[in-house]
Amino acid sequence: MSTTHLGMPGLPPPAHPAFPPFPEAAHDAVRDERLRGNLRHATTTIRAKRAHAVAELEDWQRLREAGKRIKDHTLRHLDRYLVQLEEAVTAAGGTVHWALDAAEANRIVTDLVKATGEHEVVKVKSMATQEIGLNEALEAEGIRAYETDLAELIVQLGKDRPSHILVPAIHRNRGEIRDIFRTQMAAWGRPAPDDLSDTPAELAEAARLHLREKFLRAKVGVSGANFMVAETGTLVVVESEGNGRMCLTLPDTLISVVGIEKILPTWRDLEVFLQTLPRSSTAERMNPYTSMWTGTTDGDGPRDFHLVLLDNGRTDTLADDVGRQALRCIRCSACLNVCPVYERAGGHAYGSVYPGPIGAILSPQLRGTHSDIDASLPYASSLCGACYDVCPVAIDIPEVLVHLRERVVQGGEVTREGNKVVLKPAKGHGGERAAMRAARWAFSHPAVLRGGQRLASRTRRLHPRTLPGPGRAWTGTRDLPEAPAEPFRDWWQRTHGGEEDDK
Amino acid sequence: MRVALFLTCVNDTLYPDTGRAVVRLLTRLGVEVDFPVDQTCCGQAHYNTGYRHEAEPLARRFSEVFAGYEAIVTPSGSCGAMVRELYPRLGERARAEGRGDTLERVLAPVVPRTYELTEFLVDVLEVTDVGAYYPHTVTYHPTCHGLRSLRLGDRPRRLLRAVRGLDLVELPGAEECCGFGGTFAVKNPDVSAAMGADKVRNAESTGAEVLCAGDNSCLMHIGGTMSRLRTRMRPVHIAEILASTEEDPAA
Repeated sequence: MSTTHLGMPGLPPPAHPAFPPFPEAAHDAVRDERLRGNLRHATTTIRAKRAHAVAELEDWQRLREAGKRIKDHTLRHLDRYLVQLEEAVTAAGGTVHWALDAAEANRIVTDLVKATGEHEVVKVKSMATQEIGLNEALEAEGIRAYETDLAELIVQLGKDRPSHILVPAIHRNRGEIRDIFRTQMAAWGRPAPDDLSDTPAELAEAARLHLREKFLRAKVGVSGANFMVAETGTLVVVESEGNGRMCLTLPDTLISVVGIEKILPTWRDLEVFLQTLPRSSTAERMNPYTSMWTGTTDGDGPRDFHLVLLDNGRTDTLADDVGRQALRCIRCSACLNVCPVYERAGGHAYGSVYPGPIGAILSPQLRGTHSDIDASLPYASSLCGACYDVCPVAIDIPEVLVHLRERVVQGGEVTREGNKVVLKPAKGHGGERAAMRAARWAFSHPAVLRGGQRLASRTRRLHPRTLPGPGRAWTGTRDLPEAPAEPFRDWWQRTHGGEEDDK
Repeated sequence: MRVALFLTCVNDTLYPDTGRAVVRLLTRLGVEVDFPVDQTCCGQAHYNTGYRHEAEPLARRFSEVFAGYEAIVTPSGSCGAMVRELYPRLGERARAEGRGDTLERVLAPVVPRTYELTEFLVDVLEVTDVGAYYPHTVTYHPTCHGLRSLRLGDRPRRLLRAVRGLDLVELPGAEECCGFGGTFAVKNPDVSAAMGADKVRNAESTGAEVLCAGDNSCLMHIGGTMSRLRTRMRPVHIAEILASTEEDPAA
């Protein structure tokens, strides 16, 4: 592998460019017929399969409740379990590093790779390393990171951004994938055959051959983990393809970057999630590959193992008694697949590696609500509740969304970087705030409400069919209802007598 | 039993026919129903948009206005869910903010006494055949808060199936949100409209004349989309169907 990057394709932009607010990004996505078609097909298929896989288990609701309680218990005693984990990993021959934020985690991993003298790494699919923008950080230091998960490979070759937690290339169809493989693979390694078709078997074979040479050559593997078992210091990765296991077992050095909330106290706890995660994510009873490793073992697997424990906003999130439930998330994607907003807006509109309903509550907590995109995400939901219903750890996503809306419009005390700070109400909500206050006042004075209703009824012939300004948000696509000849309360007074009771 | 109609501010202002239908239906079933004229709004729009503190006085007001009734019946799954599911949460949050349990105590009595209309019919009055007549093909859209917060289940469909002359056809993708979502409809108009258009297309594919639901705010969005897309279907609140009889048919 050459260390020069001449002629090598560029990587996607770093993790924190200025993303437009959600409604703006969604505006284009809903008009993209191909994207809509790809997403509709993929999400409705997996939705039905998940429902079937979950319905097979009579004790699903109890498993869900158990998962929730285990996570809540662990989060409440996170300090204790993290220390226990560190001790166990160290005793098993691993090295534990603590990273406060993305920059620190990237620096640790980059230094570790540099110390091996290598200039390339193979990667297991990992959300934590996407979150911190590790590939870009390594690239800046002349280290090339190869994604080996099939869908991540498609995203990387296509110079694209992931749009789904589990299926990051969900926005692509087979034809698009064939085109990406044909035009891009050669620049990264073994090229795709010229006559590559768009059949799944041929696409998978092209990826297999392309990746195989990287697996056999790589000296350093980088992963995340789905779970970390504190009692033994064991890390767990669940996957479908087996590419993860290649990266976890073949290289000499393994570096795992894992969010601190991925910890479980015991193996007994793990049992619950090994049932709920595959059924929720891929609708499988059991995922094909479950890799578990505890430190290092002589003559078997990597000789050096490093665990980088990542905070990056998680402790701040833990400080919020409503928002902390987002940390229960096991990244199954069931909420994305069932979400009508995600299905139409697509994952990119969420401006984060965490899209969909869980992203809408996770990103504004991990990153704060100061950017346009993060202040708009809590509103990227009709609060239909489908996400909460399918969540295998019972995260009440609508509750957290409303809580974060409150944070945006009212401000208040939050924890940022370990310090309590008081946020000001977000700009751009002044008109809304005034309207809400006025409505509250009118609703507190029935006579005022009645006056308004009567006025609306008496002037109903004059009402326009379309509205100017902000009202166009409604009348651009929907007709307005006609005001009735009289409000109900006038009819009631007229027909059921009764004394005028206005206050 | 002292029964109060909690009509909701949207119905009171824009859909008085629904209110009249509830009064007619309950009266026909032998229930004496009252409309406390001091009622206004449950505060849901405030709460869901992030103005919880503005919602609190409205919730207190609701609790005072409806204090003396044994049952509070509302033709709205959404506003019903606000009282049943979110009033307790208002109290919890106030307590968490160090404001004691006053709000919790003030709101607690109305929570278990509030019923969505179909729930009141099936669970309290224990009727499914309400003696209605409605000779039309109807498809039913279960609105989200009735479906997933109040867990109305098959109650509305059982009531509709018992209506004479009514042909109930299944709506494809019935349990998917119509895209209204309160302020979501104007804060995210493109996604909201796309969801609404898909809902209308699914409804049209059934060949039904009427799309029925238990929330007029959702029907305002679906109906507005229907008329803009020039579909021939019309949105009708379930109360108006259940109130309709041969002698006194729905408009």
